[in-house]
Amino acid sequence: MTRYILRRLALLPLLMVVYSFVIFVIIQAPPGDFLTAYVATLASSGSSMSAEQVQALRQQYGLDQPMIVQYVLWLQHLLHGDFGLSLEYQRPNADLIGEQLGLTLALALFSLVLTWVIAVPAGIYSATHPRSWGDHALTVINYVGVATPNFMLALILMWIAFAYFDISVTGLFSPEFADAPWSLARVLDLLGHIWLPALVLGIAGTARLSRIMRANLLDELNKPYVVTARAKGMKEWRLVLRYPVRLAFNPLVSTIGWYLPLLFSGSLIVATVMNLPNIGPLLLRALVNQDMYLAGGILLIYSFLTVLGTLLSDILLALIDPRIRVEG
Amino acid sequence: MTTLDAGTVAEDRVAVASNWRLVWWRFRRHHLAMLSAVLLIGLYVVVLMPDFFATQDPERTDARQAFIPVQMVHLFDDGKLAPWVPAIAGKRNPVTLRMEWTTDKQRKVPIRFFAPGHRWRVLGLFETNLHLIAPADPTQRIFLLGSDRLGRDQWSRIMHGTQTSMTVGLVAVALSVILGVVLGGISGYVGGKTDQVIQRVIELLQSVPTIPIWLALSAALPRDWTPTEIFFAITVILSLVGWTTLGREVRGRFLALREEDFVLAARLAGCSQMRIILRHMVPTFLSHIIATSSLAIPVMIINETSLSFLGLGIRPPAISWGVLLQEAQNIQTLALAPWLLIPGLVVIVAVLAFNLVGDGLRDAADPYSQ
Repeated sequence: MTRYILRRLALLPLLMVVYSFVIFVIIQAPPGDFLTAYVATLASSGSSMSAEQVQALRQQYGLDQPMIVQYVLWLQHLLHGDFGLSLEYQRPNADLIGEQLGLTLALALFSLVLTWVIAVPAGIYSATHPRSWGDHALTVINYVGVATPNFMLALILMWIAFAYFDISVTGLFSPEFADAPWSLARVLDLLGHIWLPALVLGIAGTARLSRIMRANLLDELNKPYVVTARAKGMKEWRLVLRYPVRLAFNPLVSTIGWYLPLLFSGSLIVATVMNLPNIGPLLLRALVNQDMYLAGGILLIYSFLTVLGTLLSDILLALIDPRIRVEG
Repeated sequence: MTTLDAGTVAEDRVAVASNWRLVWWRFRRHHLAMLSAVLLIGLYVVVLMPDFFATQDPERTDARQAFIPVQMVHLFDDGKLAPWVPAIAGKRNPVTLRMEWTTDKQRKVPIRFFAPGHRWRVLGLFETNLHLIAPADPTQRIFLLGSDRLGRDQWSRIMHGTQTSMTVGLVAVALSVILGVVLGGISGYVGGKTDQVIQRVIELLQSVPTIPIWLALSAALPRDWTPTEIFFAITVILSLVGWTTLGREVRGRFLALREEDFVLAARLAGCSQMRIILRHMVPTFLSHIIATSSLAIPVMIINETSLSFLGLGIRPPAISWGVLLQEAQNIQTLALAPWLLIPGLVVIVAVLAFNLVGDGLRDAADPYSQ
């Protein structure tokens, strides 16, 4: 087990190098380089930059050199924790990303928890009451949930809240807490706001997971050991929860591998629509304004989170289900 | 034949029916899927000739006719079949200085079916001015689904958006299928080192954070590209990741089938490799490919809509469902003109229909299973 985890961890840097190269090629692709855009931005805001400064920056980033050299330089800076300077915000990219990374993670993880808390009981109910009205209703919700794009759901909810209840459901904090230092009151305020975007983000996943849970549990409920237990007079709810639910759970854990990365990249859209402090909208702005090193840094973070999510789920799965072979 | 009872006849029919016939019989039993299939066929008719369904030029703007509400079609007037829409009446709000429109059911604007309107070209071949719905007075403008902030007719724009969005889904999935079948097939049939390389590439692509990378790729597209070039670039970007699922599936099928007796028999009978693959192996899982790809189309549509909504997919002046929804981005505008959300409902209905058809096909794809 330890060997398996270590081997997977050893593979992580290699993957990140591959991703960083692909990302660099993509952010390089638009015409013009970082400095031409930088100088243009400065000129438009009225200030200017001396030729020496431009030259210094050009050397710092090696913009006069071939792409592959530029890439190696970028990588070197990254390894020293230097994500470069944002031309739009005039601040280090690492600070910009760092400020919002925590809330980005919080949103995705909260959404994951919410998904499970809703999907598992819903799946158990559907499986123990197949073809009942409740089951049919959940089937309909499932289809509509999967068919509704995240941003559409966010728009509809925001519109209803605004037009009929005259409340704003955007943002993660009430105005008085937006820039306040962390305190218990601020955490409670966050919890009061985060559930709606988390629900919007997780709705499709919730629908899908509850279906998987239902199918798995239905398979288990038909097995002889369940019949035996029932024949021996075991209480129904105890009978269901004791073994079949636990067994139906395992395939669900393996979904974290693709679901967590999905939440990270899906949060980009929800956060943009609902105006949440998140690295998603930051990336969108950076891409539109050709703030290439900021975009590159955020893309790298996204890749890292994605790889990490997959790794976590694989380890988790190996831990809870000893039947899964980890060697070979 | 007359001496046999009906049950035996039915059994005989099943026994001699081809694989495709069995799939069709099974699919037909799935009522929701059948209904959805009809709906999708309808949508693709719109794709073929959006102008026929449009009531006016989708680009026609008129700032004085902004945010006109939905004019509902009424079929009967005084018990007679005489279709009409209520006229609109505008009044300037003295406080906000904004035009506020109401529909006036007392004043009726007569409309005609299959009536002349603006000129358009059928599939680019010949000109006509026939439209499904047109106002009886050609100088009048009607807004079946309201108008946007520039006074463009949303109904006509949705028809044109349908053409783009439904085509993006189809083309992107077609590209994914080609990539997936070819690469997955090579991977499964050749095996060895080639298989290893392709599998690693698939793993790499599958663990990419899709939406951010798609956005970055779209942002990298040159600004001076024409809408058609952008359109194809977006479909290629979407299918870059899309093919991997199918590639995996095809590979698995090839691996399993390679050892089957009927493939061995074909080989011993002296069939060429191409013939074994195309004539003996592919038909056994073709229905699965169709089912899987029909479930991939709605995913592509949602992705395209999301990218366009964020401003990095299909770009105006091209019209797609996502482009239309950009108009609904501002919550104040939305409170004023909630009908701007209608393109979103179209997306949901189309995706729902694709999912239902896909599910029906998947269940029907293996007619010998129970």
